Amino acid sequence: MTDAPSAVSRGGASLVWMALLPVVLLVALVALVIWSGPADAVRGAGYPPIERLAFQRVMLGPEGIVLTVLNDGPDPVTVAQVSVDEAYWSFEARPSRVLSHLGRATITVPYPWVHGETHQVRLMTSTGLTFDHEIGVAVATPRPSARFLATFTLIGLYVGVLPVAIGLLWFPLVSRIGRTSLDFLLALTVGLLAFLFVDASHEGLNAAATAPASYQGMALFVFGALGAYLGLEAVGGWLRARGAAAGRSEAFVLAQLVAAGIGLHNFAEGLAISAAFSLGEAALGTLLIVGFALHNTTEGLAIVAPLGKAPVRLRDLATLGLVGGVPTIAGAWVGGFVYSPALAVLFLAVGAGAIAQVVVQITRQMAGGRPLAAHVATPAVLGGLFAGFLVMYATGMLIG
Amino acid sequence: MRDHLTRRRWLRLAGLGPLAGAALLGRRPAARQLPVSHGAHDGHVMGAVGEVSTDAFNPMAFLRAVNFSDLPPGDRAQFYGETLRPDGTRLREYRLFAVDREIEIAPGVFFPAWTYNGQVPGPTLRAAEGDRVRVTFVNQGTHPHTIHFHGWHPPAMDGSLPEHQVQPGGEFVYEFDAEPFGLHLYHCHAVPLKRHIHKGLYGTFIVDPKGGRPPADELVMVMNGFDTNFDAENEVYAVNTVAHYHMRHPVRVQVGRLVRIYLVNLTEFDLVNSFHLHGMFFDVSRTGTSLTSAETTDTIMMCQGERAILETRFRYPGDFMFHAHQSEFAELGWMGLFRAEEVTT
Repeated sequence: MTDAPSAVSRGGASLVWMALLPVVLLVALVALVIWSGPADAVRGAGYPPIERLAFQRVMLGPEGIVLTVLNDGPDPVTVAQVSVDEAYWSFEARPSRVLSHLGRATITVPYPWVHGETHQVRLMTSTGLTFDHEIGVAVATPRPSARFLATFTLIGLYVGVLPVAIGLLWFPLVSRIGRTSLDFLLALTVGLLAFLFVDASHEGLNAAATAPASYQGMALFVFGALGAYLGLEAVGGWLRARGAAAGRSEAFVLAQLVAAGIGLHNFAEGLAISAAFSLGEAALGTLLIVGFALHNTTEGLAIVAPLGKAPVRLRDLATLGLVGGVPTIAGAWVGGFVYSPALAVLFLAVGAGAIAQVVVQITRQMAGGRPLAAHVATPAVLGGLFAGFLVMYATGMLIG
Repeated sequence: MRDHLTRRRWLRLAGLGPLAGAALLGRRPAARQLPVSHGAHDGHVMGAVGEVSTDAFNPMAFLRAVNFSDLPPGDRAQFYGETLRPDGTRLREYRLFAVDREIEIAPGVFFPAWTYNGQVPGPTLRAAEGDRVRVTFVNQGTHPHTIHFHGWHPPAMDGSLPEHQVQPGGEFVYEFDAEPFGLHLYHCHAVPLKRHIHKGLYGTFIVDPKGGRPPADELVMVMNGFDTNFDAENEVYAVNTVAHYHMRHPVRVQVGRLVRIYLVNLTEFDLVNSFHLHGMFFDVSRTGTSLTSAETTDTIMMCQGERAILETRFRYPGDFMFHAHQSEFAELGWMGLFRAEEVTT
């Protein structure tokens, strides 16, 4: 018995060794690969480097065209020349014209761009490879300033906060209607959210496809969505436990979850809108705002529908509205200031995952323990689902 | 401005007109004051940025180099020799070799070229009418190549048919009499033809008339282009390869002195190329086969393989631009300056 502690400590030491040995060997292997360069042996001498550049951000201003580019390839890339509309132009690259793997450079081209017209920007690397970006409609990019911040805040208000608040005004109606009507409204909410889920997934997967390959957009999207789904599931458990302790109804907890899911989704929406500005597509951005404002009014309804006849204080209603709407403003800021394709994919994924979770929650509540199929096959529910889809489809047309 | 109206209508529809008007359109007046263009209007912002290395190829020396005259005598003898023959003509012996080489066609832009003697355009060869030309061609490249001369010669010397191809490591001697007098060219005629030409296997072949032409400041200019991303379109244009080189380094000429330009078009992919000289006119002898000018102009157009001798005298001192009168080619590199200077004696 006396030697037991030493056996444990010896066991501990050997455990550490067992854990570390493969790591040490791996480090040695990596060092060997870097030192011997087997890739060069396979490719042979003089094999052309793999060059990939991705345009991250394009800004137009009095100083000309300002591009942020990312080296998305494995080998270093040197930007040797820049042409705009098939004319070589002077440019300045910061911090350097040479971009290492995942390195960035900001390239300023003093080109007299023309308001409202289309310009083709081309970067030529030292090997003569070219990377093109089209500025669809040249419009001055808003500057990051107090005014810019205020504008994005307002955009967030229009798109997120106000429409959701307006939608909440359906609450008095919701609290006075019967079971069948409430089923209809809940189903309508599910229809709305299912549409949003499809829409966000589509956007997210598109963004994943166009994002630089190094960001592995597909993995980012799938695990972002999954993470959000599970995260919200956990939050739901926590809210239920807390709600039960505080004597809150299950309906209110569900409304909170819906608000949280919609809030996450609206964050991604705000991001998309202000990102349109930051990618030099300001003209598209303003049209989006109107469409989203109409679209999002239905989200307010989605938040209050689960409440049914549950007693709710005005303060709680306001909180729900803020949780659902305010993230739009935060998203607009993030998109305007630090937009990157990877962030866009991630946030769209989080939005999609959150909505999926909310859809599952509401459906569970609607069914109330009955078999889901039997519950869905009622005219009120089917009608609600269809109406929800129709409303989103029609308002979605405004967004284009 | 149509989109502004549309946008306002949207906002009114949405019942957000007054609010949105203040916030979204608040910055509009500023934008409306600058509707035309933005950015620098400094004329010097156009053009390729930086400098090329002239160690391997010096465009300024190339302009006036014939028969390897830019090499030191010892080196020159390896590539060129001439022997006077009893009838007063000369035997001119050249040594040309094909070699793969990366060349700098614009500052920092390297093109995997196929070259004659390591340069694009290849060395300018010059003989007099009736001279015997003997070119020993060694293929040190990685693909079969030939030299196809424009000029009188028997079919066996044409360097065009499959049996004429000189395999890598192989050698062939082209031999013919230099005629007719004029401005000619040579290029690889191995297939695929487009690739062998646009990769850089071409050069100028001048045949002087018996008795020569009047003394002049003579310049060789080969209009060429480079398809750097292999999309069958040129990304870089120039005279003598280097984009915008003579914008940064003007060609110095003397006021009043006869200037003779041997202009050859070897641009691949584009149907025509052209030469335009500012503030001046020049006399044209197409293909250089006549000693009298048939045309006086300031712009001349040529298809691939066409060439012309241009003669002029600078009347005023100062800088004179010359470029392709296809603005696209000019802005992608085919643009330069003459700097005319008064001679003080």
